[in-house]
Amino acid sequence: MGFIRILIELSLICMNPPRMSCLLAVWLAVVLSGIQAVDRSNFKTCIQSSFCKRMRDVVPGHSPYRALLETLELSNTRLTLQLINDNNKVRLLLELYRLQGNMTRLKINELKPLRPRFEVPDVLIADPPTEPLSLVSQDEGGVVLSLGADARHLVVSARPFRLDIVEGPHVLLSVNSRGLLAFEHQRPRKDTLSKISSTVGSMWDTIKNIFSSSSENDSEEVEAEEDAEDQNYEKEEDQADMWEETFKSHTDSKPNGPTAISMDFSLPGVEHVYGIPEHAENLRLKTTDGHDPYRLYNLDVFQYELYNPMALYGSVPVLLSHSTQRTMGIFWLNAAETWVDISSKAAENTDSVQAPSKVAQTDVRWISESGIIDVFIMLGPKPTDVFAQYASLTGTQSFPPLFALGYHQCRWNYKDQEDVRSVDQGFDDHDIPYDFIWLDIEHADGKRYFTWDPAHFSQPREMLQGLVDKRRKMVAIVDPHIKVDSGYRVHKEIRSKNLYVKNKDGGDYEGWCWPGTSGYPDFTNPEMRSWWASMFAYDQYEGSMENLYIWNDMNEPSVFNGPEVTMHKDALHGSWEHRDIHNLYGLYVQMATADGLIQRSGGVERPFVLARAFFAGSQRYGAVWTGDNAAEWSHLKISIPMCLSLGLVGISFCGADVGGFFKSPSSELLVRWYQTGAYQPFFRAHAHLDTPRREPWLFGPENTALIREAVRQRYALLPYWYLLFYKAHGTGQPVMRPLWVEYPEDVTTFTIDDEYLLGRDLLVHPVTDEGSKEVTVYLPGTGGVWYDAFTFQRHEGGQNLYVPVTMSSIPVFQRGGSIIPRKNRIRRSSSCMEKDPYTLYVALSPQGTAEGELYIDDGHTFNYEQKKQFVHRRFIFADSTLSSSNISPDSQFSTASWVERVLILGAHKPSSVTLKTSGGSVASLEFDFDEATSVLTVHKPGVNAGADWTLLFQW
Amino acid sequence: MQHNVNWLQALLVLSLSVTLGWTVEVQRPRGVPLTKRQFYDEAKPFTCLDGSRTIPFDRVNDDYCDCKDGSDEPGTAACPNGSFHCTNAGYRPTFIPSSRINDGICDCCDGTDEYNSGASCQNTCKELGRKEREALQKLAEITKEGFLLKQQLIEEAKKGQQEKQSRLSELQDSRKGHEDKVEALRTVKETAEQPEKEAKERHLKAWEEHKAALRLEKEKAKMAEVFLELDDNADGFVDVSELQTHQELDPDGDGTLTDTEAQGLLGGAHKVDSTEFMNMWSNMKEKYVSEVCPPTPSSDLDKDPDSVYPEDDLDEDAAGEDDEDDDDDDDRDDDDDKVISPLQVLEKLSVCERERWCLLCNAALLPFSFRALEKEISFDFGPSSEFAYLYSQCYELTTNEYIYRLCPFNRVSQKPKYGGSETSLGSWGSWSGPEDNKYSVMKYEHGMGCWQGPNRSTTVKLTCGKETAVVSTSEPSRCEYLMEFTTPAVCLEPPNIDTQVHDEF
Repeated sequence: MGFIRILIELSLICMNPPRMSCLLAVWLAVVLSGIQAVDRSNFKTCIQSSFCKRMRDVVPGHSPYRALLETLELSNTRLTLQLINDNNKVRLLLELYRLQGNMTRLKINELKPLRPRFEVPDVLIADPPTEPLSLVSQDEGGVVLSLGADARHLVVSARPFRLDIVEGPHVLLSVNSRGLLAFEHQRPRKDTLSKISSTVGSMWDTIKNIFSSSSENDSEEVEAEEDAEDQNYEKEEDQADMWEETFKSHTDSKPNGPTAISMDFSLPGVEHVYGIPEHAENLRLKTTDGHDPYRLYNLDVFQYELYNPMALYGSVPVLLSHSTQRTMGIFWLNAAETWVDISSKAAENTDSVQAPSKVAQTDVRWISESGIIDVFIMLGPKPTDVFAQYASLTGTQSFPPLFALGYHQCRWNYKDQEDVRSVDQGFDDHDIPYDFIWLDIEHADGKRYFTWDPAHFSQPREMLQGLVDKRRKMVAIVDPHIKVDSGYRVHKEIRSKNLYVKNKDGGDYEGWCWPGTSGYPDFTNPEMRSWWASMFAYDQYEGSMENLYIWNDMNEPSVFNGPEVTMHKDALHGSWEHRDIHNLYGLYVQMATADGLIQRSGGVERPFVLARAFFAGSQRYGAVWTGDNAAEWSHLKISIPMCLSLGLVGISFCGADVGGFFKSPSSELLVRWYQTGAYQPFFRAHAHLDTPRREPWLFGPENTALIREAVRQRYALLPYWYLLFYKAHGTGQPVMRPLWVEYPEDVTTFTIDDEYLLGRDLLVHPVTDEGSKEVTVYLPGTGGVWYDAFTFQRHEGGQNLYVPVTMSSIPVFQRGGSIIPRKNRIRRSSSCMEKDPYTLYVALSPQGTAEGELYIDDGHTFNYEQKKQFVHRRFIFADSTLSSSNISPDSQFSTASWVERVLILGAHKPSSVTLKTSGGSVASLEFDFDEATSVLTVHKPGVNAGADWTLLFQW
Repeated sequence: MQHNVNWLQALLVLSLSVTLGWTVEVQRPRGVPLTKRQFYDEAKPFTCLDGSRTIPFDRVNDDYCDCKDGSDEPGTAACPNGSFHCTNAGYRPTFIPSSRINDGICDCCDGTDEYNSGASCQNTCKELGRKEREALQKLAEITKEGFLLKQQLIEEAKKGQQEKQSRLSELQDSRKGHEDKVEALRTVKETAEQPEKEAKERHLKAWEEHKAALRLEKEKAKMAEVFLELDDNADGFVDVSELQTHQELDPDGDGTLTDTEAQGLLGGAHKVDSTEFMNMWSNMKEKYVSEVCPPTPSSDLDKDPDSVYPEDDLDEDAAGEDDEDDDDDDDRDDDDDKVISPLQVLEKLSVCERERWCLLCNAALLPFSFRALEKEISFDFGPSSEFAYLYSQCYELTTNEYIYRLCPFNRVSQKPKYGGSETSLGSWGSWSGPEDNKYSVMKYEHGMGCWQGPNRSTTVKLTCGKETAVVSTSEPSRCEYLMEFTTPAVCLEPPNIDTQVHDEF
């Protein structure tokens, strides 16, 4: 929830003293109700962010950087090479790595930095394994290194410095080809320097010498140039805001001065780039010529605007490029404020030796405020390869407990235990399944997280037990700002352990958030994270039980009275400035919380933690959502590209607040949102405190029935969702996918973001316009077929299909050639459905074949991983035989579930259907055949879902 | 009332089931109610109850759904639209959706829905039955007593109605007489004023001068009068202490006319004679309140009777005391018919004004009470005016944080327990129960506005009770309040089943 809340509280405070202050309250209300969208003036544009402006002022042209080939060193794992800036003679150190899995890493840092520069920890799951780089050729112009097979080479050019990755005659990607590499080396403060006496001034030399002596290869030439460097400090012109910068009323003291970095990447042959979430933007990124670059800076944005490059709550600095030829990725590992420029142009075709033709090219420039240049170039070539490559670096989506994939009922705020009980009962009374009910900030005692409001939630265990009895769960919010209150244990302990973030003067950093004045735990400190994790132990978090899970909101971090509603950049996390780690803070919060949930169960149970802010690697810790959206059709529509973009960069467990957080949805919008949310990974309804109640049964029986049906569709497909998450966890493939991921050569799909795939086999086209009577669905895959998931009507692939729609559902299609397991006995919660039987939906390809998988485990522990306790089956339909076989023979799990029914879509009428089980028994099965829909229904095979079996069809 | 009928049926069934001893299970497929026993004949193939299909009987309850209507699987969760019958011996039999069979949650009090889930369900039917019987009996008692009270209320209302009607006609008569009187006075006054008006038309300027002269004369006369009034000891001087008997002259408005302030008013002197006083008078005349009541100016009678009340003062006082911070609300109240009781008005007046007021009473109060009465009579107090006794009453409920106040047919409000301003949760709107039970719900609307939300409103649900009381309040949705209110006035006549029930127990 957003910043607005503080103002509401202000107006409430005003109620007490009469008249005068109430006028203030009324005034506030009037002023606020006029606000319809984000107040842009609260957030910086590139020009207002001095480093962005400085870097963006560097125009394409001749790069001042030159590679000093004589400094080249090639070891088994890496190549190092010094770069020099001919303008100021400052040297940089370039490191190049060839990584396993077709990736290249390049790092650039100052050769002799005044003080160390921040390198992002805890995002990579390990040191990426390298493969040997071998020198192919070398001359005074540069060197050529082999990147393994496929005639793939890395070409390093010396004057000016430039890198090209080529495959055969094709240039895949160039670095610094536009000469935009810029690296602001650290300098002593001039204002300080001029005041320092010569003796103190010589300390700089001492410091430098310490660094110098640690460097091994100081040639005399270097020493000579170093002297030149010293002079250059003076020569370089200071630009405005380099050493101190003020935005609105906030001054950034910038004790270390300017430290920005920038680099350009050119992608010949590429017209489509994606990723770098989080932005309220189309799936395909736009060029940023003439306006602001896309910004990556985790911010609590009140009432965000759509279709613009402004920063939102989370950041993943990963950009994907795609063409019919190749998919690649650029991972810019930097946690500081970052801006990304995208431009495109027609470039000379370097492929052809004949007359050069023009091909498209996309140019990307990354700009960050501090840290080093650390870039991973993922060379694909297929979309699945890029996902696997990125997953090998930062890990995969955590495998959520099955129930987390059910429906979540949230609202700011369920008022008290009785409210919780009656909403829970409401779901049963209206026969709508749900798994989680959520408590927002009001549940805690004065927003002291880990506590319960004594008036309204005096018996949390009783309340949680009530949910246990219904086999349901609860999520309570625990935000990372801690009320400064000497009577509050959490605050007292963090303060006494000295684990708060510090302000620039070394005291505990304090800001305003929900509880009023708050401290911000330094989650970058492992000791802090470990203490935080320990707080979730059942004996520490009083009133908690095993069915209580956690929500981390405001982890950007949100600081109501801070610059851009976040933390001051000169706040300190140990020796690092907040500037360096900003985008990483939210990840650490979720990491510590997820660890806490694992630890409280002794490492047995899988956690579920939702967070609003995120970074590269956050996928390992739980789910994210698109923050404080609004009850508007446009926000329903944008939820699709926003979650698709997150899926592309590893974060599959994504959802948007169903119904919209701000404002109140019409019943039509609400129904459409449920229908959409049911087919998005994280399915949670949420609403602002000031909106009218909107539990599913409050909109009349007709709408209740429509919402019930949408939620039931979600529950029927839980086996498929679970499989997709299992695979996302195993392989890094997104759960919710853009069409181009599965149809990479079909150019039509490249810009589609009003429909999407779940896995490979379900195509979903939500209805996101008011009063829609029809939608046009693009069915990809010429030569293939798709079946309507409800009517089973068959449609050819490779066409735009005009689909009339009613309020009853949104268009969903199953791919011909796929087999999807469903559980059609919808119960109160997913846990209640655990032992229920499966129905297999076999959708035949035009060739009469189909294939699918089923994954089953206990649904909530790590036993699948630690003890290999799971069932993973492959179903194949071919040659008139449907068989179930074990994909993972070394796994072991006994399930009570069995196969209730098999539907063959696009079938003929058989003369007989015979079941053969592994025990050798043979039985004839009953079946129905519906001529009108060509659906063959085989009754009750009755075999255990974990067993081997075969169905033989005689036609 | 719908649920009254239901509980009666329940009570009957309950007592029947207890007496007939339905604890003996009649053989039939699991989940089938006794009433449908005949459709499930083991000896015959089973025909779906919708007639859509006939299947061998061994496919009834075989955990596979054959019938579209779910009737072949009354005892399993196989059909999405099936329902399971809980016998619940000792309590009420009931149906549950078949999706709740073997889901690990005990739904039937006899535990029969969880026959294969591993859930261990206690049979709680007897206990529930006992509790329900107790509750129903209690309810029956309340209803009985409540209904008796209701009869009294109806009687009283009838009497009150008659009284009011006769008073209304009385008032009507006296109003007629009064109006005649006013008319007569008006004629007299107009006649008297006629020459003035003519003079005004003819010699406007001269008239102004004349008026100024007159005013001066009047002022002097007034001043002389005041001097005498003030000169308590009749020594020909007005001194500080004499002036201090008129606290209203306090120049800084702190409520006390100090020595220094009084001296200031007297031009720095300790006492002044009548000539000197004339110079000081202009500083005091705005505030000075005479010790005798001035004669009622006849022109007041020209005004609308309503406007005779010192309304402006009244509003300010009322708003000040209530800390009412929603001006819209006040306006609304003002625009409405005045339902401020005459006593309330009188309380606000000074002794002197009260005397004067009483002179006016006959003139002004009559139409006022006439209108109030007319309004009261116009309210819908229920089919037998059984709700009439609630009129002009208020009922309070104190919760942890707030004091809620319901004044039926008037308004609902909320006030923080520990200080703070009162918030209107709505003014009387209408009866808004369902069509067949209109008088079970009251709606109060247009309360204080909510930020980014609707105006506050309150739904009051009325239930039968011996006492008249607000029993609970809640805010089910933002700014929409729900109040539960018990009153004998909604108690329905208990059907005469007492003997039956006793017999069967």
